[in-house]
Amino acid sequence: MTMESVYRIRALRKTYGRSWSLTIDALDIRRGETLAVVGPTGSGKSTLLRLLHFLEPADAGTLEFEDHSVAFPVPVELRRRITMVFQRPLLLRGSVLDNIRIGLRLRGQHEAGREAEILKSLGIGHLAHEKAFPLSGGEAQRVAVARALAIGSPVLLLDEPTAHLDPAHILVIERIIRSLREDSGTTIVIVTHNLLQARRLADRVALLLEGQLIEEAETARFFDHPADPRTAAFLRGDLVW
Amino acid sequence: MAEFWDVVRLTLVVTGLALAISAALGIPLGVLLARSRFFGRGLVVAALYTGMGFPPVVIGLVVYLLLSRSGPLGFLGWLFTPSSMIVAQIVICLPVVAGLTMAAAEAVDPELALQLRSLGATPAQEARALLREVQPGVLAALLAGFGAIISEVGAAMLVGGNIDGQTRVLSTAVVLETRRGNFGLALALGGALLTLAFVVNALFLRFQVAPRRMG
Repeated sequence: MTMESVYRIRALRKTYGRSWSLTIDALDIRRGETLAVVGPTGSGKSTLLRLLHFLEPADAGTLEFEDHSVAFPVPVELRRRITMVFQRPLLLRGSVLDNIRIGLRLRGQHEAGREAEILKSLGIGHLAHEKAFPLSGGEAQRVAVARALAIGSPVLLLDEPTAHLDPAHILVIERIIRSLREDSGTTIVIVTHNLLQARRLADRVALLLEGQLIEEAETARFFDHPADPRTAAFLRGDLVW
Repeated sequence: MAEFWDVVRLTLVVTGLALAISAALGIPLGVLLARSRFFGRGLVVAALYTGMGFPPVVIGLVVYLLLSRSGPLGFLGWLFTPSSMIVAQIVICLPVVAGLTMAAAEAVDPELALQLRSLGATPAQEARALLREVQPGVLAALLAGFGAIISEVGAAMLVGGNIDGQTRVLSTAVVLETRRGNFGLALALGGALLTLAFVVNALFLRFQVAPRRMG
């Protein structure tokens, strides 16, 4: 494992049912980089994030994280170095602020931190003391992002974090993602259907098709000179699955 | 007056113990049924739902036969004691608590457990947080169970015998005084029963609006 790799994946396989599986022969994720994972619905993007967060075990292959070979049950201290924003923002009973603080509380930190500042940066400062349940999809999504940011983990996994947002708030989230990378050196893996977003944010882009990692490359090369014809077809908008 | 308070006290003791035992068994059973899939689960759930609508007087009859001197549990000597009333009320209350808890637990998004793990929860923290999410449904289950037994007459009369100073509770006292033609007293006892039910429900709801923060 090179010093700069946070994740090292080799021959990883996760199977669901009888036929569908995610297979990744080799993928390294470097410390401090933003990797965008793109691909059509059902290609295995969210499954990859769950494996990277040790939320479920792989069926075969090796996954190394920060020099640890990941084996289940995974110590909670290791999982706490990673935070994930799920595709569906699930909030807990209580106020927005309760939801933002939950990650810190679970870690035994009860004093107020940067929550107010984070909420304000996402344009939901006024919702801090509101109940979390009547929120709109876009507000709930931003609360889920704020909840992850409040923890401040060195690795952040984002599963379609802007799916429910309007263009203005998409740019707000993107600005935050960029500043996390530049100011905090956070390693970010973002799953997105938005190819323009991948181009705007990522250092590297990976394409998944039907559970297979087709290509991963530096962003400019991925978009301008894709090595695999299936990548080129996907970028053209052809049905490649 | 002292007799009246004895009846109120016995009502609270019998109903309270039956509810506590039903909660101790029914809440874990409901959560377990909601979160697990096994062969025959459908049958268990169907039996549970049937139990929720079972006539209390029939439950009283079955408990009576079980606890009667010639019955398989006759050696316990519980018939016509508060113990037999508690047993009958548990049989009435348990399916209600377990069934409604199961429904509440099934309504919690299964991805929430993953979300909590992702936020850094240990298995114990995850279980506590999930229970907190189910809390309103569990409280509703307890209230429904309490409602089913506090005012129940048939089973209490059959297995308790409505013995003055021993097994007389508010609901059976109302029946007795009505039969005697003491409608004023029967109405007063009914009012006491309603007040008791109201106070207990209000206390339950107080818990619901003040959830504990997670630590």
